[in-house]
Amino acid sequence: MSNTKPQFSLKDLAGNSHEYPRDRASLVCFVKEDCETCNTAAPVLEALHKAFGSKVDVLLIAQSGDANATFAERYSLTMPLLDDSACKAAFEWDIESVPSVFWIDAAGAVQSHFEGFIRADWEALAAQMSAQTGLPAVQTDWESLPAWRPGCGSKHLDPSVYDKLRAEADDSPIRARKIEVAPSDDVAEFMFDQGFSDGLPLVPPTPERVMRMLSGTHRDPQEVIASVPPNMGIATVEKIAINAVMAGCKPEYLPVVIAAVEAVCTDEFNIHGVTATTMGAAPVMIINGPIRHKIGMNMKLGALGAGNRANATIGRALRLVVRNVGGASTGGVERSTLGNPMKFTMCFAEWEERSPWAPLHVERGFDVEDSVVTVFAMTGGPVHIVDQTSRAPDQIAGSLGLGLEGVFLPKLRNLPVDALLVVCPEHIDTLTREGDYSKDRLRDRIQEVTTRPLTEMLADDKSGAGISPAAAEAMGPEAMARSVPKFAGKDFIHVVVAGSDAGKFSSAFHGWATGAVGSQSVSKKIDLG
Amino acid sequence: MTIILDPTDERVPVERQVTKRSGSLSGVVGFLDISKPRGNVMLDELERLLAQKAPDVAIRRYTKPTFAKPCPDALRHEIRDACNYVVEALAD
Repeated sequence: MSNTKPQFSLKDLAGNSHEYPRDRASLVCFVKEDCETCNTAAPVLEALHKAFGSKVDVLLIAQSGDANATFAERYSLTMPLLDDSACKAAFEWDIESVPSVFWIDAAGAVQSHFEGFIRADWEALAAQMSAQTGLPAVQTDWESLPAWRPGCGSKHLDPSVYDKLRAEADDSPIRARKIEVAPSDDVAEFMFDQGFSDGLPLVPPTPERVMRMLSGTHRDPQEVIASVPPNMGIATVEKIAINAVMAGCKPEYLPVVIAAVEAVCTDEFNIHGVTATTMGAAPVMIINGPIRHKIGMNMKLGALGAGNRANATIGRALRLVVRNVGGASTGGVERSTLGNPMKFTMCFAEWEERSPWAPLHVERGFDVEDSVVTVFAMTGGPVHIVDQTSRAPDQIAGSLGLGLEGVFLPKLRNLPVDALLVVCPEHIDTLTREGDYSKDRLRDRIQEVTTRPLTEMLADDKSGAGISPAAAEAMGPEAMARSVPKFAGKDFIHVVVAGSDAGKFSSAFHGWATGAVGSQSVSKKIDLG
Repeated sequence: MTIILDPTDERVPVERQVTKRSGSLSGVVGFLDISKPRGNVMLDELERLLAQKAPDVAIRRYTKPTFAKPCPDALRHEIRDACNYVVEALAD
């Protein structure tokens, strides 16, 4: 404990200001009206004030708002009872419980300090005050008082109060511009009007909420995570935390959101193009590793849908960062012809334990115990693949392949475009009923069942998409007789496992332009400190 | 009074003014093809028309590596250093 205490200026019940320090000795005691121990101490404090008030400022600092007056009346207190309902003084004096007593000399040095009611402490204090002031001892029946009674927690340590005080303190980590919303304005409407929203209501990012959000990461609030296109806005941990609050995240989700921002703001992922394209692409986030369980992500029933806070708000927070920090507003740089609902949020976890294969993050070079976010740029999906009757492994693998025919347009093949296949547990069971069925075998099967002659890709009266007659002529009949699969390479096919144990319904996300000219999937390890 | 924290990059948008028109056309015009299909068709036609109507104008052609990503800094700087004007063919 510091030997001197911070200054304050607080008002008594009559509205008069009292300053600390003054050039006289002080007895300062923090109290709460509804604290039993403070009620025990009140008559003693009044006795001390009567005995030594001529030479000592006895000040009670009360945390109970309107009930402060009740407390004063109950014990006919005559010393100044100062209002600290906002708890700023309690925060700055760094007390833990009430009553909290400070005996301070005229120079401002703390001579003694204790909390709660230990009768011996209070007797010693009375004796000390008498000795130092040269005034007669206090007249109190010490024996009638309890020997020991613990205090109550100071109100400022209530989490909602404490975070607000920390946010406002001189050494607060908050650097973002503070926006005052007038009492006559509705905060939710104000945020819509400012363009902060994706179209759904937002949680107001008050300083105390942002402070709580920042407690979810060990990283410095001012650490720069990324420059976010299109405006190349600087995403600090604090800015990401503000958007995470608005999205509805819990603090423990913040490390996932930070890793996702890192991942999409790479040149490989190219969030600028993903945002701007008229084709309507959006990031799809897959979470792997122990964090899935720690933050309660959904990887089972309804994993790709609504109803789980972590899945819904982590995906939304990423979109809000791109919108607010990057400046990608709809109709501005965000220019999709139709858009797609994944632009609100699309985040789920892989059910690694139900998968016969190495989890996605392990496949991509991470340790099984790492927690990892992987982002894909997708333009469509989830598109369900329904097969309730196949019983042989190659049959179900064939259906999964045929279910991917729709990527871009069924007629188009040999596409250098990613697809993300989410295989449901019942389809996994069929795949593996005769033993191992590797991911690579599944990819081969998908390519096999989707292989068709190039002649089927000819632009014709039915559809002008595909190979133009001029191009076909240039290629020659021999080349056109060649058969090609749906995907230009099997590496474009990504496979994960999710969904409930019941139901033979897998699903697929269709990609955007893949590769160096478009977007490549990126995985980032989540920094959990 | 509720206080909220600014979720944006706190950039104040810059109001840009349109440069005053001189009434004549001369100097170097950069033609930037962003690599979308048929962007070159539009620029070829524009080049033909400019050659007819403003023979003093020099034209330089540039191409972005991919339409899906922002123009690389080096190419932007090259255009800035070499050209008085730039026409970008967005295609589509």
